This record gives sequence, structure tokens and C-alpha cells, in this order.
Amino acid sequence: MSTTTTPIAVPAGRTAEAPPPRRPINIGRTLAWVFMVLVIVASLFPFYWMLRTALSSNNALYAGSDSVLPVQFSWGGFERVFGLQTGQEAIDAGGAGQPIAFWHYLLNSVIVSTLVTGGQVFFSAMAAYAFARLQWRHREKVFGFFLAGLMIPAIFTLLPNFVLIKQLGLVDTLLGVGLPTMLMTPFAVFFLRQFFLGISREVEEAALVEGASKVRVFFRLILPMSSAPLATLAILTYITSWNDYFWPLMVSYTDRSRVLTVALGVFKSQTPQTGPDWAGLMAATLVAALPMLVLFLFFAKRIVNSIGFSGIK
Amino acid sequence: MAISTAPPRPRRRDDTRLAIAFIAPALIGFLVFMVWPTLRGIYLSFTKFNLLTPPEFNGLDNYVRMVQDPVFWNSLKVTVYYVFVNIVIQTVFALVIAVMMQRLTKRTWLRGVILTPYLVSNVVAAMVFLWILDYQLGIGNKVIEMIGLDRIAFLSDSAWVIPTIALINVWRHVGYTALLIFAGLQTIPETMYEAGRMDGASEITMMRRITIPLLRPILALVLIITVVGSFQVFDTVAITTRGGPVDSSRVLQYYIYDMAFGRFQFGYASAMSVALLIILVIVTFVQYRLTRAESSDLS
Repeated sequence: MSTTTTPIAVPAGRTAEAPPPRRPINIGRTLAWVFMVLVIVASLFPFYWMLRTALSSNNALYAGSDSVLPVQFSWGGFERVFGLQTGQEAIDAGGAGQPIAFWHYLLNSVIVSTLVTGGQVFFSAMAAYAFARLQWRHREKVFGFFLAGLMIPAIFTLLPNFVLIKQLGLVDTLLGVGLPTMLMTPFAVFFLRQFFLGISREVEEAALVEGASKVRVFFRLILPMSSAPLATLAILTYITSWNDYFWPLMVSYTDRSRVLTVALGVFKSQTPQTGPDWAGLMAATLVAALPMLVLFLFFAKRIVNSIGFSGIK
Repeated sequence: MAISTAPPRPRRRDDTRLAIAFIAPALIGFLVFMVWPTLRGIYLSFTKFNLLTPPEFNGLDNYVRMVQDPVFWNSLKVTVYYVFVNIVIQTVFALVIAVMMQRLTKRTWLRGVILTPYLVSNVVAAMVFLWILDYQLGIGNKVIEMIGLDRIAFLSDSAWVIPTIALINVWRHVGYTALLIFAGLQTIPETMYEAGRMDGASEITMMRRITIPLLRPILALVLIITVVGSFQVFDTVAITTRGGPVDSSRVLQYYIYDMAFGRFQFGYASAMSVALLIILVIVTFVQYRLTRAESSDLS
């Protein structure tokens, strides 16, 4: 905007395109915009309120509960969340006495989501390639079997999977939290297979004639050519994994494997029952939400455009 | 590897070995973490199992108990009520938002803003609304008071609790649903609307006569996805009310969780999971049939 060197782009949009033969402002359109603005406010207001509360002093929230700006600005909420306040300071400020260290949970969440995303996307891509391009007997049957997996609601497998993870001795480990979704999801295989089927065979054949092996073709040709859908899938997988609550709630018991969503629930249950530490709670909530919001800021277009039926139908 | 000497042409078009290597990790994941748990979940539903000692087969005991368990029936009722409120509000809002986006602007930023709540977890959504709707200090109740109404105990009044949880989840999911519907709207040719306008049809008429009928297969798919998801509600309840007050928000999934991890009755919990699974299969099938998802009026 500020670096105006060529005076072509900006004014052109305004003068040339602005008045197409459109009817004068009609009431319906105005009302529709009013509705849209309300929707936007409803979508974003809770985020602002998290921030406003997180930056307030908890003890001042009673008096200033209807203040639009932070009440008695303070970093105290964040300090409690990251364990920077001593027990007594925290209690005086209205928080719980137990020290909590969200850095640790943040790190756990990053590790689990990275493991799940890396593993799931890579292994699903390999399987998808086998289903799309390799010639082998029973290929379609095995694929149909995979597809049937789409019908099983994830929730049904949670209890038995917990029993399995327990038998494997992986309860309360990061690997235990990640493992069930680390190797594949039927959706990922299906989504990538669709894409691989659309890649022109000719490039591939040319590489094969030149003597490249199929493994090489997969790594050097197919994967780079599919970087866009792979990235989309990876981002969506990361978000899903980051936001998961039910499964980690079952598997993680201590700080060793606790991820942010679960930690947030624990933090909530620790806060004093009468007069909860809302400033601290909202600071923690914001910390849990922020990484995904930042991710969204960077990849908004890709994420928004990925929502449709291309993958499902 | 050994390509140089062999005659290159009729390449062996059989990659079985390579294929096995390529699908092995995914296949193991599929068998171990999807197929096996499904079968095992069904098996466990016929056993008495407390996780510490091996499961004991007990026939239909769990199912008999389930049929006679008033808490189970109550939680089923609560769940259905939740799904109904959640889906009706969410679908209506999503449809209106999608149509308006189609009509007003197709800018990505707007879609991005509307999708933002979907990016955070259910836990985050539950936490922030727990605060906004707090009886004493919540800004929601302040606003209600300012308008001149009485404060509402959103999450501790048994009449309000399910609609409130449903609304929290609408907040998080409505943007996503709207974008799915919006994607469906892009498949309707603009010429249809031009023709409608020529004939002097109003926006509302066009909505009823063009948009809804042509959107039907997409709506059906959206409904199947959202209803199945809605039946599995857990996170919001676990954070906000833990099933209370009394049992008024004890949805099925929360009851199952409580039975398994609170009381270590994995057998009975599995039986209720099987019931939920069957319900979901039936719901999907019935919806598919009712909405005739396979046929569109376009074509």
C-alpha cells in the first residue's frame, strides 16, 4: 500500500469497476450485511474477551466485569500459567497454589501433533501410491476394505484402543497418545489416492523408461508434484491432532504426556471453586488457542479453500 | 536395480512386493487400531471387564442391564435432544450464512473470519463460554441484565444446560458447516439465477425454488456428517458441566466415559458404545434414504 510506484492498480479498481449497472442500495442487501456483521462479531468477540480477561487482574474482575478494556492491566494471568509466580503470589492473585508449567504441555502438544502429522501423511501417501499406481492383485478389494473404515465412528474404537495401549504399556506416554492416528486414517489415504490418480502417467512412464525405480519415482516425482495437497492434508491433520481432547484425556495421567487440551481441563478443575481465577484460565485458554490461530493466519487461504467436497465425494 | 542387462521392454507389470512394502505401515495401523478395536469392542460388550482382571464372558447381561438402566435411557434422551437443538440451529444459520456469502461477497477473508472458531478446540470454546456465560461475572449475563431481563444460570439450570451446550458447539461449527454448504452452492450454475431474475422472481422465491432443491444432495451429506458428529458430543460436557446438574446434561458419550473410567465397568461401557454405533448406522442410513442423497435435481 505505502510503496506506491505505479499508479495503475489502486485507482483502477475504484473508478472503472465501481458503478456497474446495479440497482440502488436495496433494503434486503443492507439487512443481509447487517446480519453478516453480527455473524462476524459473534465469531470474533469471544477471542477478544479471552484476551481482555487474560490481561486483567483477577481480583479486579468483580468490580469491573462490564469493562470493555482489561481491568487493571496485568500480566499476572500469563505468569501463573507459565509458573512464573510463586505459590503464595498466585493464591493472593486469586489462582491455585499448585505450580503449573504450560511450556511443558505446549511442548507435549507440539511433539504429539508433529508425530501424528508426519507419520500419518507419509504412511498414508505411501499406501495411496500403492492403491493409485502400483499393479498388484486384490488391490481394489484391499482398498474397499480401507474405505469401509470411513464408516466406523472414531469414538467407537477409543475404549478398545485404550485397552490395547494399556497392554502395550504405553499409557501416559507421548507415543501412546499419538500412535493410533500415526500410521493412517482412511480419509488421508482416500484423499491422496484421488490426487495421485489425477497425476499424468506420462511423466511417470518417462522416468521409468529412463531406468528409475518406482520407489525413486514416488520420492522424486510423485511427492514433490503433490506438495500442495500434502501440505493441505498436513495442516488439517495438525489442527485436528492439536485440538483432540477425548483420546489424550484417556491416555495421559501426568505431566509426562499431558497435552494442552487436557492440561486446560486440569487447570480448570484446580482453580478455586468460589471465585475462580478467570484471568489465569483465560490466559491458559488463549495459550492453547493461539498456535492454531497463528497457523490459520499463515495458511488461511489454503485451509478455507480445502473445505468442500473434493475429498469426500 | 538390476535393469542394465535384462531386456528392458515387456516390463513386469506386477509390483506386489513393492506394494506390500508401501501399504504395510498403513495396513498395520488400520488392522491394529481400527479393525481389531472394532471387533474387540463388540466382544467386550458381552463380558464383565474391569481392566485389571481378564474379561469374563457374561452373555447378554450388559444388554439386559442397559435396557433396564434408567440413566442410560435418560442419557439417550438428553443426547437426542442435544442433537436436535444443535443440528436445527446450526443448519439454519449455516444455510443463511452460506447463501448470503454467495450473494454478497465471495472474498476469502470473510470465509476466513467465519471459520476462525473452528480452528480452536472444543475445550477452548467451552472455557471461553463458561466465562462469558458465568452467572455472576459473565459479560453475557451483564448484557442480559442491561436489557432488563433476569440473569440466566446457563450451565447450572437443568432447563438451560442442553440448549447452552448446543449453542457453544454451534459457535464452533457453524462456520465450517456454512463453508461446506457454500462449496455446494458454487456447483449451481449462475444462469439459473439469471433466468429466475428475468422472470422477476424474488430472492426468497429463488431460494425456495432453485437453491434448496439443487442443494439437496449436498445438504444431505452435510446433515449426515454433522448429525453423526453431534451424537458424539463429549468435550464440551466434560469441561462445562460433567453431566450435571443431576443428569440433565449426561449425554451418552459422557455416561460411557464415566462408566469406563469412573467406575471401571468396561464391559457395560462397551455395550453402550455398541448401542451408540448401531444408532449412528441407522441414523446415517435413514437420512441417506430420506434425503435421497444420491440424486440431484440438476442434471
